Amino acid sequence: MLQGVIHQIMSGIATGGIYASVALALVMIYQATHHVNFAQGEMATFSTYIALTCINLGFPYWVAFAIAVVISFFIGLAIERILMRPLANAPVLASVGVFVGLLLIINSLSGWFFDYTIKQFPSPFPDRPMLGGYLSGHELGSTAVTLIVLILVYLFFRHTRLGLAMRAAAFNPTSARLVGVRVGWMLALGWGLAAAIGAVAGCMVAPVVFLDPNMMSGILLYAFAGALLGGIDNPLGAVLGGFAVGVIENLGGAYLVGTELKLTLALVIIVAVLTVRPTGLMGRKVYSRV
Amino acid sequence: MRASRVITVLVLLAAIVPVAWFTDYHLFQLTMVVVYAIAILGLSLLTGFNGQISLGHGAFYAIGAYTTAILMTTWEVPYWATLPVSAIVCALVGFLLGLPALRLGGLYLALTTFALAVAIPQILKYKLFEDWTGGVQGLVIDKPDAPFGLPLSPDQWLYLFTLAVAAVLYVIAWNIVRGRIGRAMMAIRDHAMAAEAMGINLAMVKTRAFALSAMYTGLAGSLGAIAVQFVAPDSFGVFVSIYLFVGLVVGGVSSIGGTLIGAAFIEFVPNIADKVSKAAPGAVYGVILIAVMFLIPGGVGGFLLGLWRKAAKAR
Repeated sequence: MLQGVIHQIMSGIATGGIYASVALALVMIYQATHHVNFAQGEMATFSTYIALTCINLGFPYWVAFAIAVVISFFIGLAIERILMRPLANAPVLASVGVFVGLLLIINSLSGWFFDYTIKQFPSPFPDRPMLGGYLSGHELGSTAVTLIVLILVYLFFRHTRLGLAMRAAAFNPTSARLVGVRVGWMLALGWGLAAAIGAVAGCMVAPVVFLDPNMMSGILLYAFAGALLGGIDNPLGAVLGGFAVGVIENLGGAYLVGTELKLTLALVIIVAVLTVRPTGLMGRKVYSRV
Repeated sequence: MRASRVITVLVLLAAIVPVAWFTDYHLFQLTMVVVYAIAILGLSLLTGFNGQISLGHGAFYAIGAYTTAILMTTWEVPYWATLPVSAIVCALVGFLLGLPALRLGGLYLALTTFALAVAIPQILKYKLFEDWTGGVQGLVIDKPDAPFGLPLSPDQWLYLFTLAVAAVLYVIAWNIVRGRIGRAMMAIRDHAMAAEAMGINLAMVKTRAFALSAMYTGLAGSLGAIAVQFVAPDSFGVFVSIYLFVGLVVGGVSSIGGTLIGAAFIEFVPNIADKVSKAAPGAVYGVILIAVMFLIPGGVGGFLLGLWRKAAKAR
């Protein structure tokens, strides 16, 4: 029993890493523009297809991975510059509409270019149990990769000038512009980074759930839940929330509701957080003058 | 007679004419247009007139469809008698979901309803409800025959029946939007705080708008289930909600007449685009959705209304 619980928690952390990455990508865009990117999951799926195409062309795994991440970065950048920029001050409905449109387009493009059949995606990690049999090689490896990404993102925002400029642009665009930060480009950069992080998450989850154009729709839901649980304006909170949702999902799936209702669990977390504590566990309460 | 009345009568006449010489399949398509129009009208009452964005109305559509299907298969209730039950069930569910929605501003409500849309097939498949819902297999319904020995085929009758229900629902929606409640709904959409200061009970109007909207979309689900003669969890995936949203935006979020345009759009465009490739409908929807957002934020309905007003002024 106890072993089973430990096992569930460990693999919960492994999947939680994926949710944490996607949640972080969501939060990056939310912080800068106050938009929730409904197309984040489809973008990540598309990136994973790029990686698979490169692997099939004969590139080594990590080269293909890097190519996918870089291309995704530029796709994200382009989407912000072309589609999102004109909507900076538009009503919520307009941004939701554009995101839904983006979701539909990218989903169809994935199906169009890469076919609707379910594909296998290789894992770069050895296929044998590790840590005393609690985790598979891929689970351990993907957790390591997500942790490395999260640490890199943290270091980037904390200790580089560019990271500081991006934080300034998100925190107070007007003042940032006054001291010479190019706010527009910082937002675009944020989109690029979010897309790149999504690409990493897609490549790490694809060997487990297999690759098809709708691969990320469930994962996006957990990432939403994680981001809200941690606080949608707090990157660290979103990451921890992502891990927490991974563990809750696994424990709940194993002992509480069964695997058939796992997605509903995400829905319940979302509704519960939003009604009981809308700022999330680590979010900041926003006051506005009337 | 006012121009809007003339147009309404013309639309109704134009809607009845096809019964005479359309094939059964084309009548079925028209029935689905009317069904989607009712569903989009429900969404419009909530999103367009009350400003609460829902990306999960497919869930109400599914609940309505399942209510009718379960009543017809398990208890052998006649098809027309399932509609009031379905309306009550959906209004109740909508009211209950409207309660947490009260605390959620625009974006968060969109997010939560999106989550509901993603989760609904799973809930419908759940094995505890399998005795009623038929699980993954779904339920098969018989198509009703024309009553009183009328010389009509089932498709012809069902089309007229759906049209009659739609006409009643449109008249009710029109009157609600034009009246005190509609003005309160729109005041909340435009400036919630000012509306509250004027004495509008925010919580009451918003939850009731949610219930009304769910009732409309649920009734559409019931009619759709009777027309398709089949319900199954996988036909109520997240794409139903997204298509309803697309239809709403294309027709014009706060345009009652526009719902018909949006419904025709989501019924016929996939049929045309499907001939190009399997991926085409989604891509076309997406491109048109974004194009509408950028070029005519009021949708086709709003755009036509603008033209009409310009012409009226020029005269």
